[in-house]
Amino acid sequence: MTDKDTDFAIEGHGDISVGVQGAGASGDGSASATRITPGNALRPEDIALEVRRGQVKPSEDVAEFALRIGDDGLILAQRLGHWISRAPELEEDIALGNIALDQLGHARSFLTYAGAAWDKSEDDLAYFRREHEFRSAHLFEQPNGDFAVTIARQFIVSYYQYELYTALTASKDATLAAISAKAVKEVDYHRDHSAQWVLRLAGGTDESRARIIQGFKLVWPYVDELFEDDELTTRLAEAGVAVQPSSLRAGFDRLTGEIMAEAELDIPAVPQALGGGRRGKHSEFLGYIIAEMQVLAREHPGASW
Amino acid sequence: MASQNLQSVPAELSPEEQEREAAGKAYFDRIISEDSRIEPRDWMPEAYRKTLLRQISQHAHSEIIGMQPEANWITRAPSLKRKSILMAKVQDEAGHGLYLYSAAETLGQTRDKMMEDLIAGKARYSSIFNYPAISWADMGAIGWLVDGAAICNQVPLCRASFGPYGRAMVRICKEESFHQRQGFEILLELSNGTPEQKQMAQEAVNRWYAPSLMMFGPPDDDSPNSKQSMAWNIKRFSNDELRSRFVGMMVEQVKVLGLTLPDKDIRFNEETKKWEHGPLDWNEFKEVLAGRGPCNSQRIERRREAHENGAWVREAAVAYARKQAQKEHAA
Repeated sequence: MTDKDTDFAIEGHGDISVGVQGAGASGDGSASATRITPGNALRPEDIALEVRRGQVKPSEDVAEFALRIGDDGLILAQRLGHWISRAPELEEDIALGNIALDQLGHARSFLTYAGAAWDKSEDDLAYFRREHEFRSAHLFEQPNGDFAVTIARQFIVSYYQYELYTALTASKDATLAAISAKAVKEVDYHRDHSAQWVLRLAGGTDESRARIIQGFKLVWPYVDELFEDDELTTRLAEAGVAVQPSSLRAGFDRLTGEIMAEAELDIPAVPQALGGGRRGKHSEFLGYIIAEMQVLAREHPGASW
Repeated sequence: MASQNLQSVPAELSPEEQEREAAGKAYFDRIISEDSRIEPRDWMPEAYRKTLLRQISQHAHSEIIGMQPEANWITRAPSLKRKSILMAKVQDEAGHGLYLYSAAETLGQTRDKMMEDLIAGKARYSSIFNYPAISWADMGAIGWLVDGAAICNQVPLCRASFGPYGRAMVRICKEESFHQRQGFEILLELSNGTPEQKQMAQEAVNRWYAPSLMMFGPPDDDSPNSKQSMAWNIKRFSNDELRSRFVGMMVEQVKVLGLTLPDKDIRFNEETKKWEHGPLDWNEFKEVLAGRGPCNSQRIERRREAHENGAWVREAAVAYARKQAQKEHAA
């Protein structure tokens, strides 16, 4: 496809610059008019290109690890995407949509990189794996509930991801470090967004306070799983590629604790769930999420979109 | 509200007020004749304010309701790249709604009131969103045809005489152009895909073609408000003129897609130098406009539900802001 093929310039309607370059200009065959990212931000397409050129290939361990955090983002994006056109206020349609987009962007990068170990694309991994092959933690598949549940979930996620991605920027694996360096900047905004809402809901009306307390009660059982170490994380931590999840806990507890204290909320006294997402053991929710996500792609196996 | 005051006490103007009125009117007439811009604090005829408020709020509502048919496919988008583009697009539409509600607010109407009117069924939005998006290819057809028609309509609005509207439209048109490209890309990919994909694309074009042509509004001889809007430099081209230009563009682009338009009567009239299309079912248009389209009640219900479910969140935000302000005041 060339610029000329998709030139939609409308004549005689005044001076409208669309500010979008068509595919022809970049010289990259996979480029398209819809791949516009400001600045030099790392895109999943860039990683795919490096993979195709044989410039990067993750070890089996790194791929397994990238799959975990990629699945976290993918499943959460799928959940958050449902809010678009249903949020309490237009500004929140935009904010939650933005967070979903960021999560999906991180997921695409991590999955593209992970797939390079097994000769699979991001879409092979997203659309053609079965439930027990997903490696996301349980928190990410929890239902949206009301706005308070979504905010409570997002609050935990963003503070966890901030600690994780900050640590991973020092990874000896250059690709993991680069994806994390981009992600951490975005997750910083997610922290701000969710913390502001925790404060507002806790300090707003009696109803909003009751709802955010209930929201935290529903999602808090899935906190410990995020910080569990296992053989894979131990090997990666020793190699300087990743860190032990347990090492992120202190920072998470301190920073979430500050906001919870300001909001005059207690950490819910609820038992921690067993988890198992990193080993492919999921709740009943995941099946429905991936059924919806995969239905069209599976109707047309091998098709290009 | 200023507009109501002007309406309710026209006869009781003092001599100074009458003088101000006359000066305001002279300024307005000069600005319009110079094809320059009216700003929110400038004097404007009541009918000008009303026309703009109706048009801008309808436009905002169309963006908000228009999110729904596409949001319908976010969770099922068949590749992660497409999912990401679609999410960004629907998010843009929320942004367009916001700019437009803000532009309308400068005319003295609150966003809350406009939203209330929408949910109560008192306000209109583009009729096309009352059709269902039933296949993935509809994401392509909506982008290519519906956003394409919207661009034809909206690019001239960047020069609308009311400043806030024109400026909002500049930004909106830039994003709409991206939306149309992504729609075109979806269809192109499908058309070059498997036979099932190509059929999906053709069926979507067949379904969205006529409704998108009707987006330009009734034929010129049945469009009573157009003339005044053109005199006020809000509208620049007639409905039929824009429709004809749109057909001319689509007829070329559809060849690149390798698809066809479901209209055997399309031709370029050498005498008038205009593109012509086959007859459109204006009865159906009026039916859908009157609330009897396939999705009218579903669309409004979804908006109502989101708005009502969010009431406690908005109340909490207001209560929290008030408490914070009191704290600051006390400190």
